[in-house]
Amino acid sequence: MNEQTLSPEEIQEINAEISRYPDKAAVAIEALKIVQKHRRWVSDDCLVAVAGLLAMSPAQLEAVATFYNLIYRQPVGKTVIHYCNSVTCWMLGSDRIGERLCRHLNVDLGEMSADGEYTVLPIVCLGACDHAPVAMVGDELRLDITEDAVNEILGR
Amino acid sequence: MEQINKPLTKNILPDRVFATLADYESTGGYQGLRKAITELQPKDVQQWVKDAGLKGRGGAGFGTGLKWSMVPDIDTPQTRYMIANADEMEPGTFKDKMLMEQDPHQLIEGLIIAAYAIQANTAFIFLRGEYHLAARRLDNALQEARSKGFLGEHILDSDFNLEIVLHTGAGRYICGEETALINALEGKRATPRAKPPFPLVSGLWGKPTVVNNVETLCNVPHILHYGVEWYQGLGRGADKGTKLFGASGRVKYPGLWELPLGIPIREIIDKYAGGMQDGYKLRGFLPGGASTDFLLPEHLDVVMDFEAVAKAGSRMGTGTIIVLDDRTCPVQMVLNLEQFFAQESCGWCTPCRDGLPWTVTLLEDIIAGKGHIEDLDALAGLTRMLGPGNTFCALAPGAMEPLQSALKYFREDFERYIAKEPA
Repeated sequence: MNEQTLSPEEIQEINAEISRYPDKAAVAIEALKIVQKHRRWVSDDCLVAVAGLLAMSPAQLEAVATFYNLIYRQPVGKTVIHYCNSVTCWMLGSDRIGERLCRHLNVDLGEMSADGEYTVLPIVCLGACDHAPVAMVGDELRLDITEDAVNEILGR
Repeated sequence: MEQINKPLTKNILPDRVFATLADYESTGGYQGLRKAITELQPKDVQQWVKDAGLKGRGGAGFGTGLKWSMVPDIDTPQTRYMIANADEMEPGTFKDKMLMEQDPHQLIEGLIIAAYAIQANTAFIFLRGEYHLAARRLDNALQEARSKGFLGEHILDSDFNLEIVLHTGAGRYICGEETALINALEGKRATPRAKPPFPLVSGLWGKPTVVNNVETLCNVPHILHYGVEWYQGLGRGADKGTKLFGASGRVKYPGLWELPLGIPIREIIDKYAGGMQDGYKLRGFLPGGASTDFLLPEHLDVVMDFEAVAKAGSRMGTGTIIVLDDRTCPVQMVLNLEQFFAQESCGWCTPCRDGLPWTVTLLEDIIAGKGHIEDLDALAGLTRMLGPGNTFCALAPGAMEPLQSALKYFREDFERYIAKEPA
């Protein structure tokens, strides 16, 4: 594998981040997020290529990549729906939201829907407990989700 | 001077999307920075914050000015780092997000003053990856601050220089622990570090580093602008200043309010949150996030300050109350909390890595009707093994707080599952 795995845009964006820090490895999370912005997830090839750019070993970068809830090491849909399953949202019925979304899309948690549009994942507290239950749909926070979660989130 | 009793939220108005730079400056914004940099020495700023009595708002409550004063040799030019801990992820906590989204310049001003006080020329805002709106607002506010000369070289024509880098994470609770945060920022797996050395001496890239919570830093501009005496007058009890308090769960009006420290918990739940929703009764509450011990209705008159809540057997933590109603099973609530902690454990040390999944398994078995009365002793044993002193960081001891208090206050609920009686 070599750095050609990444597109010129990805390399440029990662290099721009590197210039902001005294040490290349500090860009690890941001570089993985840049790859995801372009490809939705981080493949083994991309991981090795990013490690090369950051002067890290693939194992070091893998230890970072697998640590975080928002770095995906397998393909995900165009929009990832993260529904909060922490305590207040749980109390107010978030489990049912996850179940309904999965049933509607005919997927298990973490799977991609057949049309490649969605992946449903639980996430920890999104910091909007006064509007529980909540979900993050792509980058956007959805508040006060009701029994009609499928319509509210998927718009259908 | 005009009566300012809600310094942290005075710019957060219901009819306003968020406070712009102009909004912020119109109520005294960046005046605290001006005073600090043009009139005071760094050590004076430390002393002001120490005298004001500001304590960390991230949960632990350590004296902020004291922390700053422990950075060695600030008179000697050296690389030092100042970090804003914006990795808010304590379940039930939603305060720093509001401060960053609604009044981003307040955090930036606090961070600049803090950096000046410890003579750091680089600062970071470590923001959790899920806070996209906060990231956009902070990024924009940083550019505005730079263009106005509040950041960069020769800030306000002084010889103090500072750059602030907004660094977003990718979602993991442990990154809120300051040494794990430092590892995360360095691009390492975010496990906590053994202490000593403390970050104040050897932190980010081995340099002296101070990490302060967002809400803590947001207090700083006002202490400088309005003065120590004014600040001390804000608290009702032993602790000084105001704090963001919140309530979530089945209360009538879940929300967040800036109130004086020392306010009775009853006032927050009954007056501000409007009491319980119709058909629900208060069974108990976690006073300050997921990692604090349960308290009961009999504790409603306890006041919200660090010492008073500790005396009642819990912690003020983040000050955001999670309410347990009489129709939610406390055993299942504890299971949800322990699942969170087991998932978010970084796996670095054995008691936490192995003890938390074991805790989850025992609770699942009890709820599934496969429990034995001895399991309650095993759970109690775990609360000791995972308690303070046995782990690198406070994650496991924090995880044990709701469990140990649930075993004390809701034991009959556990026993009912074991006896296979219907709830």
